[in-house]
Amino acid sequence: MKSYSKTALAVLFVLLLSLVFFGCQQKPGGGAIGQSTAEKAFVAPGEYDSHYAFISGGFSGQLAIHGLPSGRLFKVIPVFSVDAEKAWGFNEETKPMLQTSHGFIPWDDSHHPDLSQTNGVIDGRWCFINANNTPRVARISLQTFETEEILEIPNSAGNHSSSFVTENTEYVVAGTRFSVPVPQRDMPIAEYKGNFKGTLSFIKIDPEHGHMNVEFQILMPGFNYDLTHPGRGKSHGWMFFTTYNTEEANTLLEVNASQNDKDYIAAINWKKAEEYIKAGKFKTLPSKYAHNVYDEGTHSAATTMEKEVRVLDPAELPGLVYFLPTPKSPHGCDVDPSGEYIVGSGKLAAALTVHSFTKILKAIEEEKFDEHKYGIPVLNFEAINAGTVEQPGLGPLHTEFDGKGNAYTTFFISSEVVKWKLGTWEVLDRKPTYYSVGHLMIPGGNSRQPFGKYLLAMNKITKDRYLPTGPEVCQSAQLYDISGDKMELILDFPTIGEPHYAAGCPAELIMPNSKKYYKIEENNHPYVTRSEADSRVVREGKNVHVYMTMIRSHFSPDNIEGIKVGDRVYFHVTNLEQDYDVPHGIAVLGATTSELLIMPGQTETFVWEPKEVGVWPFYCTDFCSALHQEMQGYVRVSPENSNVKLTWTLDGE
Amino acid sequence: MKNIILILSLLSILALAACGGKETAPAKPANPNGLTDFEMENGIGPVKEKIQLAEINMDMAAKGEATFIAKCAPCHKLDKRLVGPAQRYTADRRTPEYILNMIMNPDEMTKLHPTGRKMLAEYLAPMTNMNLTLEQSKEVLEYLRKIAKEGHEQNIVADPVYRNAANQE
Ligand code: HEC
Ligand SMILES: [Cu+2]
Repeated sequence: MKSYSKTALAVLFVLLLSLVFFGCQQKPGGGAIGQSTAEKAFVAPGEYDSHYAFISGGFSGQLAIHGLPSGRLFKVIPVFSVDAEKAWGFNEETKPMLQTSHGFIPWDDSHHPDLSQTNGVIDGRWCFINANNTPRVARISLQTFETEEILEIPNSAGNHSSSFVTENTEYVVAGTRFSVPVPQRDMPIAEYKGNFKGTLSFIKIDPEHGHMNVEFQILMPGFNYDLTHPGRGKSHGWMFFTTYNTEEANTLLEVNASQNDKDYIAAINWKKAEEYIKAGKFKTLPSKYAHNVYDEGTHSAATTMEKEVRVLDPAELPGLVYFLPTPKSPHGCDVDPSGEYIVGSGKLAAALTVHSFTKILKAIEEEKFDEHKYGIPVLNFEAINAGTVEQPGLGPLHTEFDGKGNAYTTFFISSEVVKWKLGTWEVLDRKPTYYSVGHLMIPGGNSRQPFGKYLLAMNKITKDRYLPTGPEVCQSAQLYDISGDKMELILDFPTIGEPHYAAGCPAELIMPNSKKYYKIEENNHPYVTRSEADSRVVREGKNVHVYMTMIRSHFSPDNIEGIKVGDRVYFHVTNLEQDYDVPHGIAVLGATTSELLIMPGQTETFVWEPKEVGVWPFYCTDFCSALHQEMQGYVRVSPENSNVKLTWTLDGE
Repeated sequence: MKNIILILSLLSILALAACGGKETAPAKPANPNGLTDFEMENGIGPVKEKIQLAEINMDMAAKGEATFIAKCAPCHKLDKRLVGPAQRYTADRRTPEYILNMIMNPDEMTKLHPTGRKMLAEYLAPMTNMNLTLEQSKEVLEYLRKIAKEGHEQNIVADPVYRNAANQE
């Protein structure tokens, strides 16, 4: 009966869809799709999507989880920006996560999510994402779907070429977009050239817990380091970073950083770097950067300020870095699944440049160097070039691969995705996007094994695509079916913030590990209340600690007296439920902070400093049962000098 | 979906009632929601066979009491209705298997089992799954048996299970 009614629903839905499309062939922007195409993105109510997509929120600072092919939004994981809904950055437990060497920062700009890999294949353990503005990298657990760790990157500015993962998640990298004085100091901006430096940071990942640590930095010339991808297969052990502004301009970059015919892709031999580190060929720079780790056992985060970082200087360390000349301010830097081809998308070039890893090794061996730049060898362009895709479109940005010998590149200016063939470099297909596409994502695209069924294009402009919402309109993502010879647009959906980049994989890699609740026995929060019988209120001078529990559908205690104006009241609230999908929330009238939203078995804390005498209510903010509206209580606040006794009760007991 | 199940099960309950269970009917009427006779008596869940009960095991009962205080007391008192029913005489009222299934599978019990449904209609708040293991549930069962025995010895009056007139038998 269950499946019968699902089919009925599906049929109804498709009928409705077809009705909608029938009367509506002419859309203002074009690109309307027909019924049979729409079915490809149709996931019937109650059915699961086949893929997860982790889409960055761009200037929202967060990470959104969507299902593919439906495009449905499941969750927005707070990462670099506070989120009052989830108390991220508001409760005592998560405030340390947003600490930096500059203090508490409530916002950032999150760009490039990437998934952990084992042997070049996505393993479904963690998602990493970078903060652009105040350089940081975050690690998100794909069991709890919570941000577990945020590491600040020293000596970096504009952490754009990040966070990309090597084949066995040995490293996540973080290259600086802005070059700056290293270490930072007071100096004239006009003296940029030759004096500013760019750092490329290699963050080591502990294979068991995923913990991050800046293993070393490579101190590079003062260019802008834009994007990066790891070598894989034969090129495992290398990392490739695009550069622009090799002119080293410090003003009007729009013009002044577009002078050189060719900029570079910097090829870093990180295995070599490891040797140099082992041999002690590094300098230790004093620096200051925050390392924030969330502990699932205590449900709390802590900040450690790190004090130094190891730096390698490529001018003095032969074989560490080579420059690959690449036309015209290359942006995307993408490596095909075999590891042989490195695609540089020159933003201002008419063609796509592809380098050959085999040729690069040969050129290095034969010392085919055109010159040295700041002591770094520049390889001869012809010696390393594998081919060019001629006249593919305007403004190439990023390339991903389907694992079947094809590459797909986005073109920002001409708003299209172009499919071309690796090796023959011929263009096979092109499809418009609506509009101004940036990144694209094929699930598993940054790995040895892409799952080449879908392609997601992420657009900056949507103008006439959706109902208008005032001057600010949403950005969007568009899904293409790439299983056939020709790409087919099957869905178009709005996203949060700026969908800058995404990572994706088949659902079965993640779904079975998704946590359902936290075991109360394993809750080691210092202020946990494991049983209602232990709920209590403790005064320590002006600090009052409320050890509160919640279960469907009451708080314990729910009547508290003896709080005074001028007190600092800590509500440590434990959700005693031990079942899937039973969160509770809590908020107190007048508390100058967010609600708490507490998962089963978890403890969270908010602080309330009552300023007014009175009897103030609190209630559960998450609709938890038929008696949710009854889930409430009162706190009596007396004058500072009153002698009302501290009492706490539930049902008069 | 839920409504369909509800309507269907109401219909089947009606159908059951119309058949009249008093006389020994030639063909036995079907149980609601396709439940087996075992499930009708012993609930739906991980316990699918009758279990052998011995004398009350006091060690287990003591462990069961600790679990009860930590995980069940927010909603259950012994002699007074709270969020859920008073637990003094549950062991008299339901079979041991029914109790284990209710502890370990309250979700389906209150959706599919006629008695569970009736309890939910009475108490409105759904019993939460505290994810006890079978072992822990058996310990709680020993505790429930122990308090029922003590209740009889001390002549403790039973708190009525149903107050809502519509639910009274
Ligand atoms: C959140 C409140 C809550 C918690 C916690 C809870 N129960 Fe219940 N329980 C109920 C409610 C309410 C009912 C009545 C059925 C319903 O509404 O779901 C019930 C019914 C029962 C029944 C069936 C009684 C009968 O006569 O049919 C048993 C047995 C039971 N609970 C045992 C337990 C045990 C053992 C625990 C601890 C492991 C526990 N409950 C935890 C709320 C709760
Ligand atoms: Cu609630």
